[in-house]
Amino acid sequence: MKTSIKATTGIPGLDEMTFGGLPRARTTLLSGGPGSGKTLFALQFLVHGARECNEPGIFVAFEETPARIVANAESFGWKLAQLQPRSLYFLDAQPQPDLIQAGNFDLSGMLAVLGAKIKETKARRIVFDALDIVMALLPDAAAVRREMYRLHAWLLEHGLTGLITLKAGEDDASATHQPFGFMQFMVDCAVILNHSVVLGVSQRNVRIQKYRGSAFNENESPFLIGKSGCDVAVAQTLSSADLKVSTERVSTGVKRLDTMLGGGYYRASSVLITGFAGTAKTTLSGAFAEAACRRGERTVFISFDSDANEVIRNLASVGIRLDRYVKNGCLRMISARTLVGSAETYLERIKTLVKEHRARCLVIDPVSALSKAGNELTAHSVGERLIDWSKAGRITLVCTRVLDETSVQIEGSSPLQVSSLADTWIHLNYLVQAGERNRGLSIIKSRGTAHSNQVRELILSGDGVTLADAYTAGGEVLMGTLRWQKENSERRAHEITEVAGKHKRVLLDAEAAELEVRAKSLQVELLAKQVEKALLASSNQSREGELSQGRSRMRELRGADVALGGRK
Amino acid sequence: MIRRVYKFRLYVAGDAQNSAQAIANLTAICRKHLPGRYKIEITDVFREPQRALADGVFLTPTLMKLAPAPTQRIVGTLSQTRRVLHALGLDAANA
Repeated sequence: MKTSIKATTGIPGLDEMTFGGLPRARTTLLSGGPGSGKTLFALQFLVHGARECNEPGIFVAFEETPARIVANAESFGWKLAQLQPRSLYFLDAQPQPDLIQAGNFDLSGMLAVLGAKIKETKARRIVFDALDIVMALLPDAAAVRREMYRLHAWLLEHGLTGLITLKAGEDDASATHQPFGFMQFMVDCAVILNHSVVLGVSQRNVRIQKYRGSAFNENESPFLIGKSGCDVAVAQTLSSADLKVSTERVSTGVKRLDTMLGGGYYRASSVLITGFAGTAKTTLSGAFAEAACRRGERTVFISFDSDANEVIRNLASVGIRLDRYVKNGCLRMISARTLVGSAETYLERIKTLVKEHRARCLVIDPVSALSKAGNELTAHSVGERLIDWSKAGRITLVCTRVLDETSVQIEGSSPLQVSSLADTWIHLNYLVQAGERNRGLSIIKSRGTAHSNQVRELILSGDGVTLADAYTAGGEVLMGTLRWQKENSERRAHEITEVAGKHKRVLLDAEAAELEVRAKSLQVELLAKQVEKALLASSNQSREGELSQGRSRMRELRGADVALGGRK
Repeated sequence: MIRRVYKFRLYVAGDAQNSAQAIANLTAICRKHLPGRYKIEITDVFREPQRALADGVFLTPTLMKLAPAPTQRIVGTLSQTRRVLHALGLDAANA
């Protein structure tokens, strides 16, 4: 097996940020303030090495007893007991409290002990947790520097992938003035963890400060300590984003909308429904959830606005019956008002819930709630990652977003950036006309689908959700009663024209019939005339004949001079 | 006054300079303050790392006073004689 030049950490996201992990056989410095997750990060690096990479590790604990570290790690389900002591060895190097100092000393003793352990366990990875504790014992800055170089040289000599954690202030600009500032120049890779509170919301960030000989993601990325350890939030990299795309359609729950979209949403696509408060966003997403459950697909419906039971009751009033699917376990309704935390923690919770429920469809109503929790900067990437994550899991995602009444009508200035990433974007709005407020639905975009460009009227009734063609007359869109009136008058006008047409036809028929009759009688007359004419001709002929016969007979009778016939 | 025997174990790191200094300083202190009633065992961490691990010795040089009780440990070259004597309880005894 060829060893790569990087050692994977097993921390989701961090290996993407570093394009493969920490530098192998080099030293990495991990600094951060109190409670920033240094120990956990370091331990996860060792556990991953021991379990997945066949690289035994040593954890040198200067600050906490190994027993406490092991106990704390139990909650992440890492089962450290299985690994100890062969694959993961803890060295308790806490300085004795009764230690008396008299003159110069160094770390040779520790390195000798570790050298022996490395031979024994064939360790490839080593963590020095809270090195600052032991460095504080050294009498002066020169001694600190000397011991740091000693340690660094020792690590390189043994070809170990080392991770040294140090406490550091939040402000890394002053890092060079700190007693261990020079460490950052010495090591090959430096990672900074920080834990801050932004607008009252806890926010953890990780940043790679330097990485010799490698490209890396230089931005600060949010991370959180979840159920299985650290989890760094990064957008999907190209390799993992290259997914099989589906041409399968799933119903939107509204027949007419399915038609408008050429069959429904694509499976595993993300759909954004935007609109002002009360434009039936929840209803539309509820219709989707109902349709999914009807197909027997497990669905999670997360409501940030109201209680789950309220949503069920409200949707039942427009013929969307979700209660039965909640009862049979197909649908899981979650009211997220009770959740607290940053956008990151919300995302993590959502992921966990969906995994637990093995859901194929996910509704988040409204997704804008994510950006309210915590600062806008981090919420920005949360939406992106939510979409990437659901795509990777082949989950069809429908989320709604409330638009601010004061904001520009549709153009999303949302920090979530969902609108540009969503595959289908449906916008709902109001049209106020003639004392009525009617709901209009339009498809702003739908990737890979020839979709209708027309605004439709969304009608909610006890029987369900339907769409009607909006009436466009003279460049104006009519809805509600106006549409109905317009349709009615149109229908009446149509009837009148029809009747008039029928009448005309009857008249014409009559005229034609009359003409036909006349034509027939004329024909008969013509025939009679012809017969008469023939009769006339034949009587003339016979008279001619008789005349000439009569003349010859008379000549015979007279015995007239033989002029021509000669004598007999 | 009972003249107790002092037992010392001095951890050194090979022939490092500070280790050699510690050996010299300890010997000088013992000769002066504990003549004839001391025992010094010198342990090299590079040769016997397991013992260093067992004793929890990570800094060198480290002096362990094993007897009389209580056990004590002093790290460093032992160049600050007064401090060492004070820690070992020898300053008052010989004042």
